[in-house]
Amino acid sequence: MKAVAFALRTFGRELRSGEVLVLLAAVGLAVGALTAVGFLTDRIGKAVARQANEVLAADLRLRSQEPVPAAWSELAAGYGLDTAETMSFPSVVFAGDNSALASINAISEGYPLRGTVRVADQLFGEQREVEGIPESGEVWADGTLLARVGADIGDVLSVGELDLRVSAVLTYRPDQSIGFASLAPSLLMNAADISRSGLIGEGSRVSYALLVAGDEGAVTAFNEAIQDKLPESVRIRSQEESSERAYNAADRAQRFLSLTAVMSLLLSAVAVAMSARRFAHRRMDTVALMKSLGATQGFVIAVALIQLMLLGVLGVVVGSIAGFAAEELLSRILVDLIASDLPNPGLRPVVLASGSAMVLLLGFALPALIQLRNTPPLRVLRHDAMPPPPSRLLVSGLSLAAVAALLYGSVGDPRMLVILIGGIMVIAGALYLVGRGLVALIGRFRSGVGVAWRYGLANVARRGRASAVQVVAFGLGLTVLLLLTLVRTDLLEGWRQTLDADAPNHFLINIQPDEVNAVGAFFEKNGVKVPRFTPLVRARMTTINGTSVKDREYPNDDGRWLANREANLSWTAEMSPSNELLQGEWWPADYDGPPLVSIEEESAINAGLKIGDRLKFFVAGQQVEAGIASIRKVNWDSFQPNFFIVLSPGALDGMPTTYISSMKIEDDQQSMLVDLVRSYPSISVIDLGAILEQVRGIIEKASLAVQAVFVFTLAAGVAVLFAAVQSTIDERRFESAMLRALGARRRTVFFGVMAEFAALGVAAGILASAGASILAAVVAVQLFQLPYEFNPLLWVIGLTAGVLLVCISGFFAARGAINAAPADVLRMAT
Amino acid sequence: MGNESVSKDLVLEAIQVSKEVSSPEGSLTILSDVSFRIVAGESVAVVGPSGAGKSTLLALLAGLDLPTRGHVVLNGANLSELDEDGRAGVRADSVGFVFQSFHLVPSLNALENVMLPLELAGKSDARTAARVIIEQVGLKDRWSHYPSQLSGGEKQRVAIARAFATEPAVLFADEPTGNLDAGTGANIMELMFNLNRSSRTTLVLVTHDISLAERCDRILSLDAGRLVSDSEAAA
Repeated sequence: MKAVAFALRTFGRELRSGEVLVLLAAVGLAVGALTAVGFLTDRIGKAVARQANEVLAADLRLRSQEPVPAAWSELAAGYGLDTAETMSFPSVVFAGDNSALASINAISEGYPLRGTVRVADQLFGEQREVEGIPESGEVWADGTLLARVGADIGDVLSVGELDLRVSAVLTYRPDQSIGFASLAPSLLMNAADISRSGLIGEGSRVSYALLVAGDEGAVTAFNEAIQDKLPESVRIRSQEESSERAYNAADRAQRFLSLTAVMSLLLSAVAVAMSARRFAHRRMDTVALMKSLGATQGFVIAVALIQLMLLGVLGVVVGSIAGFAAEELLSRILVDLIASDLPNPGLRPVVLASGSAMVLLLGFALPALIQLRNTPPLRVLRHDAMPPPPSRLLVSGLSLAAVAALLYGSVGDPRMLVILIGGIMVIAGALYLVGRGLVALIGRFRSGVGVAWRYGLANVARRGRASAVQVVAFGLGLTVLLLLTLVRTDLLEGWRQTLDADAPNHFLINIQPDEVNAVGAFFEKNGVKVPRFTPLVRARMTTINGTSVKDREYPNDDGRWLANREANLSWTAEMSPSNELLQGEWWPADYDGPPLVSIEEESAINAGLKIGDRLKFFVAGQQVEAGIASIRKVNWDSFQPNFFIVLSPGALDGMPTTYISSMKIEDDQQSMLVDLVRSYPSISVIDLGAILEQVRGIIEKASLAVQAVFVFTLAAGVAVLFAAVQSTIDERRFESAMLRALGARRRTVFFGVMAEFAALGVAAGILASAGASILAAVVAVQLFQLPYEFNPLLWVIGLTAGVLLVCISGFFAARGAINAAPADVLRMAT
Repeated sequence: MGNESVSKDLVLEAIQVSKEVSSPEGSLTILSDVSFRIVAGESVAVVGPSGAGKSTLLALLAGLDLPTRGHVVLNGANLSELDEDGRAGVRADSVGFVFQSFHLVPSLNALENVMLPLELAGKSDARTAARVIIEQVGLKDRWSHYPSQLSGGEKQRVAIARAFATEPAVLFADEPTGNLDAGTGANIMELMFNLNRSSRTTLVLVTHDISLAERCDRILSLDAGRLVSDSEAAA
């Protein structure tokens, strides 16, 4: 109690003295930066997730072969969730004498719950967003369907027993990619008309879906509540399982954001660590004095700890205000980006950031405080009496534990955590060793240089350990800044390139073998690059290594589903350029031996398949058995036709085959699609433009977010540099006063100090460039599955930035020390 | 003086105190077999050339450091038998310090510096008590000034006020005029001796100023770590 009272009484005086302002600033900045980053990650993360959810047209999609019981929508309504229902089935649509197969989608009021439907007012015309659903008695039909049956807006289509008027051309519905490989052109109609159509009855292949959306927590609660009650036939899809491509993009966006958040956290940690060391060091004399006046160890540590906490709380208050202000500002600047209709995250980012800052403060300051406790009271008589240094294990253990705990909280991905912590530790260790080596080396140069440089270089060498610590702090700060610069430019660029401008935007499916050459000629005539036609054979897997796929054990449900569903097989002599061979060997181009098969990586993992396993397929009454020869990774972002299962040439000869293809068709070439589907009525055209747009949108949002967050990280980085210089300021003040008292001109002292900073900056710059190059390569390849190219410019930037940043922050921090009147400084011994 | 009365009034006793430190050249003896007794109210000067071991002896007597051999009994407590907190407790109860380089806390003003030991000792009326004593040292109008705003003499007055604030049994002074000019130094010593007399505090003064030493009751002379003489002062 005595300590509490004393700490509280003296805290105000400590604050007034300005001694603790550096630590206060470091904590405040940490909270501010983490709040802003947390806010952005929350907002943009949700916006990206929501965009990915568009693919479902909902947050949750319950699919069933039976009508969805009314009880479920009532249950969802009970959770405050919005619902809509869809019924999808294939049916032939007539316009006069013409007919075509269509995918009928009967939708209820409210559809879609996520995303919007887009229509055009003429065939392949300009599209617009539309609210609501077709009126009863009307339909919105896909342009391909209309072209195929020779109908236009205003015409009547017969669907079952109903005659429905076409009121718009359907160009986009959010959930069009679900099961698109078997998709015929879509037709949207009002669910209220369906009972009169006579289309739904015994034996009809209707897929029912209940769409659910709303507050994130309520969706999760609803999802959990229905898990146990679900019949076998119902399959739930949530964001994670939705479109592979949109999910990939969203996932990467999240990783970018968490990487940035992690970097801000690390920088804040370094800044707090540096200023906490100084906080402890500056109290050493006071602690020695208090002990000589009779204060116990427990008392001094309690007072220091309480004051540290008070300081932390004050820093948190200041930082939260700054964080809130930043949030407000960011919401205004990034208004299009951050989904303004989302519930405000409120206090959450502030609370998280504040907690993080306090954990950092404790983790990094405790070792120094524990050392403070052992300050010998003898120090009042002999100023060189120092407490024994704190145990390295304690220091590294505590600070690592603090950082690891916080990183895990913000990343939540153990793999990324291990890579990051490992990388940072290796770099810090290397920085320290090389720093010591450099310090020793610098001592050798000092005899051959002028007085200013000799003074500066001698300082670096003399401060030995302290210099090395500064090099580590500078180096780490720079590494993070360089890494983020790389992430921002190289990585984002690499990501964008995977979606190059020539990415196909249309899929053609159901091309008959005898149409392949004619379709190729059709495109050539219309000035479109003749695409590659990929064969497709529908099959069912029957056995794996002789065991029925129904009886076999699988690592997970996705594997079971994969083995039991109707599969799309293909064959090819050469591996698609968007594939990468992971295991085994690809067959020679002229291979004509027994059938071989290549499996996509995740399917192989989910279904527990390995090289050499034998798969048997049932295709149109025939059996094909093939041994697994290779496992591939597929880049789904390429928008090329790709297959989970690919066989060797000849394996599927004579089986019923259709072809699929993908190509880039410019907006002004759209009208030729009308001719194409009229000439080849069996072919279906699927417009991927909307999905591509979705993925691009996610990438753009993520890029913007990373750049916005980068600004805060930069501020944290500068704080690190400043704190590092501040940590030696007392010594510098005294030394420069001494030198000037001995007759050195201010210029000489100034250049000496700058020479020291320049030497430190060079060392930190070299190390940071090396560290950032290595880390960036690891991050790119391991975390983002993107190719990484060495960038020599990084070294130029690293070295220049090292010298400039260290010298500039050194100049501002040391200016006062150099300019102070020598007499004042030398008399300061109080 | 009979044995009984000596033990009753004995405040500080050094019994065969030795201090050795390790150095790159091997073990270095700083103090060797120093023994003496100091009774309540006595003023004792410790003199000797630089490096004689004066400050080391002061540190051992005040329990700021422990002897390699022998022991120190301060106000009835054998310091060698106490841990660091125990020794701090003894200092809080019975010791005051005045240092050559003042050692004021830069973030505290003059009054707050004087309050510090009172607060550490848990005195409830620290502020009032500190005000009284800061007036006694003649700094009534300067109490709100920070150390950086005070002259050397004023700083040492604050330090003296702080030392006497807890009415300690023993006051240790380490070259208290070492950083002051002659005139200021004389004033400071006058103040210290006056306070010493009026509060009947025992004074242990480390100095190499012989004229200062001669104002004390007794002079202990150290040379190369050995006690070479223990004499009544001429005054």
